[in-house]
Amino acid sequence: MSVYETQGFRMDNSGRRVVVDPVTRIEGHLRCEVNLDSNNIIRNAVSSGTMWRGIETILKGRDPRDAWAFTQRICGVCTGVHAMVSVRTVEDALGISIPDNANIIRNLMHLTLMVQDHLVHFYHLHAMDWVDVPNALKADPRQTSAIAQKISRWPNSSPGYFRDVQNRLKKFVESGQLGPFMNGYWGNPSYKLPAEVNLLAVTHYLEALDFQKEIVKIHTIFGGKNPHPNWLVGGVPCAINIDGDLAAGAPLNMERLNYVSQIIERTITFIDQVYIPDLVAIASYYKDWLYGGGLSSQNVMSYGEFPDHPNDYSPRNLLLPRGAIIGGDLSTVHPVDLRNPREIEEYVVHSWYRYPDETRGIHPWDGITDPNYVLGKKAKGTPTDIKELDEEGKYTFIKAPRWNGHAMEVGPLARWIIGYAQKKPEFKEPVDKLLGTLGLPVSALFSTLGRTAARGLEASWAAHKMRYFHKRLMDNIRAGNTATANTEKWEPRTWPKECKGVGFAEAPRGALGHWIRIREGKIENYQAVVPTTWNGSPRDPKGQIGAFEAALMNTPLADPKQPLEILRTLHSFDPCLACSTHIMGPEGEPLHSVKVR
Amino acid sequence: MSETVYEVMKSQGITRRSFIKFCSLMAAGMSLAPSFVPVIAQALETMPRVPVLWLHGLECTCCSESFIRSSHPLAKDVILSMISLDYDDTLMAAAGNEAEACLESVMEKYPGEYILAVEGNPPMNEDGMYCIVGGKPFVEQLRRVASKAKAVIAWGSCASWGCVQAAKPNPTQATPIHEILTDKQVIKIPGCPPIAEVMTGVITYITTFGRIPDLDREGRPKMFYSQRIHDKCYRRPNYDAGQYVEHWDDEGARKGYCLYKMGCKGPVTYNACSTTGWNNGVSFPIKSGHGCIGCSEKDFWDKGPFYKHLSNLDGFGIEADADTIGLTALGVAGAGVAAHALLTGVKKSREDHESGKTKDSPSGPSGKDQ
Repeated sequence: MSVYETQGFRMDNSGRRVVVDPVTRIEGHLRCEVNLDSNNIIRNAVSSGTMWRGIETILKGRDPRDAWAFTQRICGVCTGVHAMVSVRTVEDALGISIPDNANIIRNLMHLTLMVQDHLVHFYHLHAMDWVDVPNALKADPRQTSAIAQKISRWPNSSPGYFRDVQNRLKKFVESGQLGPFMNGYWGNPSYKLPAEVNLLAVTHYLEALDFQKEIVKIHTIFGGKNPHPNWLVGGVPCAINIDGDLAAGAPLNMERLNYVSQIIERTITFIDQVYIPDLVAIASYYKDWLYGGGLSSQNVMSYGEFPDHPNDYSPRNLLLPRGAIIGGDLSTVHPVDLRNPREIEEYVVHSWYRYPDETRGIHPWDGITDPNYVLGKKAKGTPTDIKELDEEGKYTFIKAPRWNGHAMEVGPLARWIIGYAQKKPEFKEPVDKLLGTLGLPVSALFSTLGRTAARGLEASWAAHKMRYFHKRLMDNIRAGNTATANTEKWEPRTWPKECKGVGFAEAPRGALGHWIRIREGKIENYQAVVPTTWNGSPRDPKGQIGAFEAALMNTPLADPKQPLEILRTLHSFDPCLACSTHIMGPEGEPLHSVKVR
Repeated sequence: MSETVYEVMKSQGITRRSFIKFCSLMAAGMSLAPSFVPVIAQALETMPRVPVLWLHGLECTCCSESFIRSSHPLAKDVILSMISLDYDDTLMAAAGNEAEACLESVMEKYPGEYILAVEGNPPMNEDGMYCIVGGKPFVEQLRRVASKAKAVIAWGSCASWGCVQAAKPNPTQATPIHEILTDKQVIKIPGCPPIAEVMTGVITYITTFGRIPDLDREGRPKMFYSQRIHDKCYRRPNYDAGQYVEHWDDEGARKGYCLYKMGCKGPVTYNACSTTGWNNGVSFPIKSGHGCIGCSEKDFWDKGPFYKHLSNLDGFGIEADADTIGLTALGVAGAGVAAHALLTGVKKSREDHESGKTKDSPSGPSGKDQ
C-alpha cells in the first residue's frame, strides 16, 4: 500500500486492482493495471510495455546508409518515419545537404503517412471505444441518411446505401461468427451514440478501410511499396524524367506525378467530408466525458516537422510547431535542443534495464542499456506468469525520458496546443471553430476527446499540405530543377573519421529523435527516443508518472468488468509499443552476458 | 471442410444442450435479443467461414498493415465474408480477459478446424519474457494455439526467418516459428512485409479450394515465390544490355536502367514484386528507383550492405524455380556468367569484394532448416 502526490495527482494503490492484458487495437504489446476506489474511480495507474527487440544493438558496426531500413522496421504502422529520421540523422552527422525536390518528396511521403495513420487510428483502432457496433442493427437507415446528408456532402449517403451496409452487418452477426467484433464491451452504458450514428460510423469504418489503402499509394510511387517504402541518404531514390529519353520507364514521370496529385485530391475530400464530420458528430455525444487529460494541461512537447525548405531544421522553417510548454503556462513556449546533454535524459529505475546509478538520467548520445528483467518485491505471480506488477519496482521495457526533468506528453494534441499557444492561425482557428461547434471551452482540449479531436484536425491540415508540396514539386520541375539526390558524400571515403548526428521528426504519435555516432564508416552507436517512450513512460526516481498513467487517473469506470474507459484513453494516444521498447543502448552489456536458454 | 461446426462439436462430445448454451452466450456477448439464438445456432450448423487466429510476437505490425491494403479481394471482404478473424490483437474489439476468451473459445469449439496465422516471432532469451502476452511468454501462447490448429501460416520474414530482431547478434534470440512448431507444416509467406494480395491470395486459396497451396522445399507457396524478382523485372533488358545506374539520380536512374550496380538483390530474391506489384500493382521498389533489398530472403539483413552489388550471379534462365536452382546450381559461382552481357560489371564486382565478402545466394536452394 502506498499513497503519494505527484504532478497534482494523488496516487493510491490500496483499492481493487484491475488488469488489462493484452491491450488490443494498438501496435505491439501493452499491459495496463489500475487500482479502483469504492466508487470505481481509477486512483492508481500502471502502464507496462511488454516487448523488447534490441534493434540499436543490431545496428552497431553496420553501414550508416543502411540504417534507415533497419530503423524503419522498428514500426510498420508509422512506416517510413523512422527511416526518414534515420536518413536525416546520418545526413546531419556527415554534413550532407539534400536537393529541394528530395525534401519535398520526403514531406509528401511523411504527410501521406500522417493522414493515413490518423485515419486508420480513428476508424479501426479507436472507433470501437465510442461506437457500439451491434447497436447499429437497431438503426433506421433513413435517419442515418438524413444525419449523413446534414453533416456532409459526401455522396455515399442514401437510405439504401446504409440499409445495404446494415443488412451486411446483420448477416455477419447472424452467422454467429463475430470475428473481430467478438466479446467487445457492447451494450456498456459508456456508449452514448444513438443507433443511427452507430450505423453511420460502422459504414465509414468499412469505407475508410477501403480508402486508406489508396492514400499509401503515394508511398508506393515514390518508395516502391507500402508498408516500408525505400529511402536514401542524400535524397530520394526516385529520379525525375518528365519528357526526356525513356521517361516512360522513369520512377517519376508525368503519369506518376498525376497519379500522386489525383490521390491527394481524393484524400482531401475523404478527410474533410467523412473523417471530420464523423469526428464532430461523435464528439457531440461525448462532450460531457472530458476525462483523460493527464499531462496535457501541464507539460507538452513537440520537436516540429515538415521543413518548408531543405536542410534547415530550425523552428522558423518547420510547418508544425516546435517547443515545450511547462506547468500549463501557455504564454511561454520553451525552445528544445536535442543536442544539449542536460535537456533530454532517460531513467530506468522502474524499467527492465540496469544503470550503474539509477538515480541519474542519461542523454541518448551516451545511453546505457543493459536488460534486467526483474519484478518488484510486491509483484504477484512468477517471473513467467505475472498476475500483478509492482510499480515500486521495475515494471516495463519502456524507459522514462524526461525533458529538463519533466515528464511530457507528445503527439497531435501536444502539437496543436503549442500551435494554439503560439497563436498561429492555422492551428488556432480550426481549434476555436471545433470548440465553438461543440460549445466547449478551451480547457476541454485537455482530455481524451481533445487528443482524438486534435488528431482529426491534423489529418485535415496534413492532407491540405500535400497539395501545397505537390505544387512546389511541379513548380521546381517547371523551372527545370529535377534533382533528387546529392551523391557528393555517398562514398564512405569522403566521410570524416569520426562524427555524430541527430535527426528528428514529428511522427504521427509525437516527438521522435534518433542519435548516431559514426566511426570509420560504421555505426558505432545508435539510439532512438520515440513518442510512445515519452507517453508510455514509467515513473522516474522522483515518482513522476508518464502521460498514459496520468491520463488514466481519476477516471470513473461504468463497469469494472468492462474497462472500456481505460481502452478509450489509452487508445487516444495511439500507442506504438514496438517503437517504444526496441531500445538498447550503444554501451549495452556485452551480449555474451545475455542468458541463453 | 466437410463437417459443419456443429458436427465437429458433437464429435468432441458436446451436447446439443451445451451447443445452444454456447449460442446464447454468443448472442449475449453481442447484446442481442434471445431471438437471435436459433439464428446463430443454425448458422454454426453450417459454418461457412474458417476461423483464423492471428497472433503477434516480436514484430512491427507491418504484416497486418499490409494485409489491410489488399485490393483484390478487399480486406473488408476477407474479414466479413471469407474468414472469421476471431483473434487479432491489432483489430479486435475485445481486450484483456475478453480477448483471451476469444482465443480459448475458438480453440475449444473448433479444434483442428482453425488456421493459426503468426506475425512476428518468439524471443527465446530470458525465458521468453522479451515478449509477454497476458503476463506469460508469447512462446507459450504460440505453442498452445498451434497445438490444435489445422494449418499454420507464418506471415512475413519475422515468423518465416527471424527478420530484423534476429539479425546479428540477435540479442533476444528471436526464433522463426517453424523452429518452435517442429511438428507442424508451416506455410511461410516471407517479405517485410509480404505483398497484400499475396497474403489474401494464400488465405483465399485455402478457403476456396479447402487445401493448402503447393509449397517449395522451404515451405513457401510456389504460386508466389518460385521466381526471382530479376527474372520478371521490367528492367531486365537493361541488365542484359549492360545499361546500369552508376550513381543516384544520374542519366541511367532517370532512364530506368538496371540497379544491379546500386546493390539490387533482385537476382537472388524470390518474391512476386516484379509480377504482382505492390499496392494493387502501382509499383515495386525497382520501378520506383531503388534496388530490391531482398526482404523476403532468409537473413537478408546480414547479407548487406544493401548498396554493395552482388559479387556473383548465376546465369540461369527464367524457367528455373527456386528448387531446381537449389539442386543444381548452388555454389557454381559465376559458371554461367560469361553468357551474360554484363561480364564487365561482374568482374568489377569481384574486384570490389576481394576482401572476402560472403557469397550472396538465394535462400531458396539451401532447402534446410537449422
